[in-house]
Amino acid sequence: MKHIISIRDLDRPFIDELINHANHIASQHFNANSLSDKILALLFFEPSTRTRMSFEAAMARLGGTSISVGSIEASSMAKGETLADTIRVVSGYADAIVLRHPKEGAARLASEFASVPVINAGDGAGQHPSQTLLDLYTIQQSLPLDGIDVGMIGDLRYGRTAHSLAYALSLYRSRIHVISPKGLELPSALIGELRDRGTEVIEHEHVEDIIKELDVLYVTRIQRERFPDSASYFDVSSSYKVTTELLEGVRSHLIVLHPLPRVDEIEPEVDDLPYARYFEQSRNGVPVRMAMLQEVLK
Amino acid sequence: MPPAEGLLINPIKNGTVIDHITSGEALNVLKIIGITGTTTESVSVATNVSSGKIGKKDIVKIEKRELKKEEMDRIALIAPRVSINIIRDYKVFAKGGVERPKFLLGVVRCPNPGCITNAHEPVSSRFEVLPNGLHCMYCDWLITNDITGHMI
Repeated sequence: MKHIISIRDLDRPFIDELINHANHIASQHFNANSLSDKILALLFFEPSTRTRMSFEAAMARLGGTSISVGSIEASSMAKGETLADTIRVVSGYADAIVLRHPKEGAARLASEFASVPVINAGDGAGQHPSQTLLDLYTIQQSLPLDGIDVGMIGDLRYGRTAHSLAYALSLYRSRIHVISPKGLELPSALIGELRDRGTEVIEHEHVEDIIKELDVLYVTRIQRERFPDSASYFDVSSSYKVTTELLEGVRSHLIVLHPLPRVDEIEPEVDDLPYARYFEQSRNGVPVRMAMLQEVLK
Repeated sequence: MPPAEGLLINPIKNGTVIDHITSGEALNVLKIIGITGTTTESVSVATNVSSGKIGKKDIVKIEKRELKKEEMDRIALIAPRVSINIIRDYKVFAKGGVERPKFLLGVVRCPNPGCITNAHEPVSSRFEVLPNGLHCMYCDWLITNDITGHMI
């Protein structure tokens, strides 16, 4: 039984194969009834728009059915049921479970109690492997994954997508440039681990210092709740904004990604530039999640 | 005139002697093997004793308790060079060192308040012992110092 819990569990051949599979799916090479006898349970204990809808869309495109728990208030969790018990029960209703949960490690725990495959759709500030896989998929549509310069900007401390992507890029010997406000830096333990794995991690104070040497700029949201007051938030967020001016003179093949939702990190005028790929990135969630569902349910 | 040099602590009849503990770590060793103020064992502790092998060392003697292998290996997390003697009728019955365990199950509490092992779930903490610390196998938190402070 195959679970997809953390990008750390996946090796490069698996990721490459999954990306190839998603490429085939995106070019309409798939059986639209391949999961027609399967039921997918969506257990979302935190809000989600893109992840949840794209998993539902992926299942529907493969002819399968999705069931969901609805709101947490309407679930047995609200009555104090443990996640372990919920997972054991839902295993009896569905052929696979997609889980989003506020606690880190929740998906790992779920995989230990489930009798069907579990896919982690985000656990607290922890892992979100399907987002990382679609990030890699989007990059490889434009560039080779090997040896590229990837800039990460924004909240790199709490942003789980940045952690997972940085780790995945270390499988491809990419150089990682990190630019973040004080206090929101990539955790030093992760930087140490990436360096131990042979990945070059370079810290920059200003994005202007490096923007012209990047192949990918990965932008994450700076969360207002991390700041003591609105004034300090606006001070920081304005200095980490991607604007048309910032992108003048960059490499012609640069792509700008963002896991979305964005707030003010990328000004709307950037959407019309050829570098902007974040909406395409979001759309790519469907073929990548179709490939993941076929992988765990095969 | 100083008194003649003698034994700091008496020999034990049955039990365990933990020798060559890194100086200053004796109390943490007791904590790591679960010997607290409420346990009934007779325990002798000597700290900062001269040692030809490691300069200064601590020694712990525990009466009427033979440490199990997993307890001994847990000591390796904070004092990797200890030697452990199991004593029976004043004689050394078994002698050996310790090896760092590969995994710790239910021994250390994850310091991450957001970790699922700190929620009301039927699981014990599980850590992988790495050269640079203890890695939580649920939330990926890395404990790099004060391991005894995180003992359950």
